[in-house]
Amino acid sequence: MIINGVSIDATFAEAFPMKATRAIITAQNEKWAMISAQAMTGFATSVIACGCEGAIERVLDPSETPDGRPGVAIMIFAMGGKGLAKQLETRAGQCVLTSPTSALFSGIDGGIRIPLGKNLRYFGDGFQVSKQISGKRYWRIPVMDGEFLTEATTGQVDAIGGGNFLVLAESQPQALLACEVAIDEMRKVPNVIMPFPGGVVRSGSKVGSKYKSLGASTNDAFCPTLKGMTKTDLSPEIESVMEIVIDGLTKEDIDKAMRAGIQAVCDLGAGNGIKRISAGNYGGKLGPFHFHLQEIMA
Amino acid sequence: MSALTLTLKYKPAQRVDMSSLVCQHLAGLSVTEISALTLQSGKLKLRVDELFTIVGTDTQDIVINNSADNLDFIGKELDGGRITVNGDVGAYLAFGLKSGDIKVSGNVGLYAACEMKKGYLEVSGNVGDFLGAALPGNKMGMKGGTILVKGNVGERAGDHMRRGNILIEGNAGDYCGSRMTAGTIAVMGQTGRYLGYAMRRGTLLLWNQPKLSASFNDCGAHTLAFLPILFRSFKTLNSRFADTSLAFNRVQRYAGDMSEMGRGEVLVKL
Repeated sequence: MIINGVSIDATFAEAFPMKATRAIITAQNEKWAMISAQAMTGFATSVIACGCEGAIERVLDPSETPDGRPGVAIMIFAMGGKGLAKQLETRAGQCVLTSPTSALFSGIDGGIRIPLGKNLRYFGDGFQVSKQISGKRYWRIPVMDGEFLTEATTGQVDAIGGGNFLVLAESQPQALLACEVAIDEMRKVPNVIMPFPGGVVRSGSKVGSKYKSLGASTNDAFCPTLKGMTKTDLSPEIESVMEIVIDGLTKEDIDKAMRAGIQAVCDLGAGNGIKRISAGNYGGKLGPFHFHLQEIMA
Repeated sequence: MSALTLTLKYKPAQRVDMSSLVCQHLAGLSVTEISALTLQSGKLKLRVDELFTIVGTDTQDIVINNSADNLDFIGKELDGGRITVNGDVGAYLAFGLKSGDIKVSGNVGLYAACEMKKGYLEVSGNVGDFLGAALPGNKMGMKGGTILVKGNVGERAGDHMRRGNILIEGNAGDYCGSRMTAGTIAVMGQTGRYLGYAMRRGTLLLWNQPKLSASFNDCGAHTLAFLPILFRSFKTLNSRFADTSLAFNRVQRYAGDMSEMGRGEVLVKL
């Protein structure tokens, strides 16, 4: 399959079941909601070492937030419910509770309820106040700038992590530009996050390593400087490869995001140095969710 | 299917216990069977059709017309369905209400919504003492749900209240929110003496500055984030509480009752 001169590999991205949640952070203005959200989703690029994958889903208009203030929706994904709950609570406590003027709300109404501010209330040292409004429990925790308002719980749902595609380009600036364009389009799709820095990962990994202590190591088949040293997957003109990883609530959400991203890259086309789109997988043996690039773009 | 409509033929000489005429007790009964039910009135047991003319068959939507102020226990422990009362009612309206809606167009007597658990009560007129309170000797008053009163309420509203909302468009009498354990009472009008007497936790939300006891301490003026959420939850009510122009988030906060636990608060609109 070739779109605008860009070759779409007959391969697939392999993804895994994860647990996910969404939280809404509001603040006096968008600037401080964003600062809090960035802190909460910091160091959350990969479950390999961060314990979870998290990112900002989108900026919310005041009309969309529970308290009518500017807000940001963030999503966090983890391999299991326990790990997700721990990451959520720790991050909420250290990054949102501490952030000036912030408030924290559930972003998923259904699902299994996991603590959001339920245990943070003890920071109030007995001065915390509970309010049950429209069936939801909120905690008002006195803090030095006034009151930190948080919903007690949020919803945990089944989700999918690890959808991905690779952008193979003739130069590093061209690969990065293509990924930036793709991320801009993919951020318009709801229920997905791209957890790596700026949504783009340049150090795609393979399973295993020559070093016993490492479970993952550089994806040498896609490293352009190793073209003559390893069993490469790159043709001579490819000088740079970048990857976009997608976590989403459903397969359909990831499908949509991948289609939007790949289409944006293809719109740049071969004329802008984009040669191929590929994807990362483990031979289909590890992850139950397969995202076939050509099917998505058909 | 039209609402089961009970129209009072005459005002009985004695008080009448209406507790058997709730939706869950009448479910599946025919009009004939409902007519044959008896209601305690003083020493007498009166057949329902002796007191009321009965029209309609929908037992989950009961209408009581021409109601009088000696009909007690209307909607007692109602568990789903709807009761609409046109006229006044007596004591213990919505006693232990579990779920469902009760609406009254007139005035209501003592102990309305006493130990209410959930559901919704709306009164267009005035309400007597001990609204949403506990029975004498009991420690737990209203435990959930919402009460909306468009008129005034008597003394001891929310006595021993534990959870839920009491919304009063008019004035509240003395001892409003006394011995509250938690929950919210909002009063748009004036409040009487001894507001929040011995309250432990809970919120008294006021539109007008009250005369507070010495055991309430001023915590200063604040903008509270939970208030817009609380007001938004009133949006669907047929009430001035749904009017966004009357909502606020800037309040003077008083903590009390310091002679008790002292974790309660009186929030006064600024």
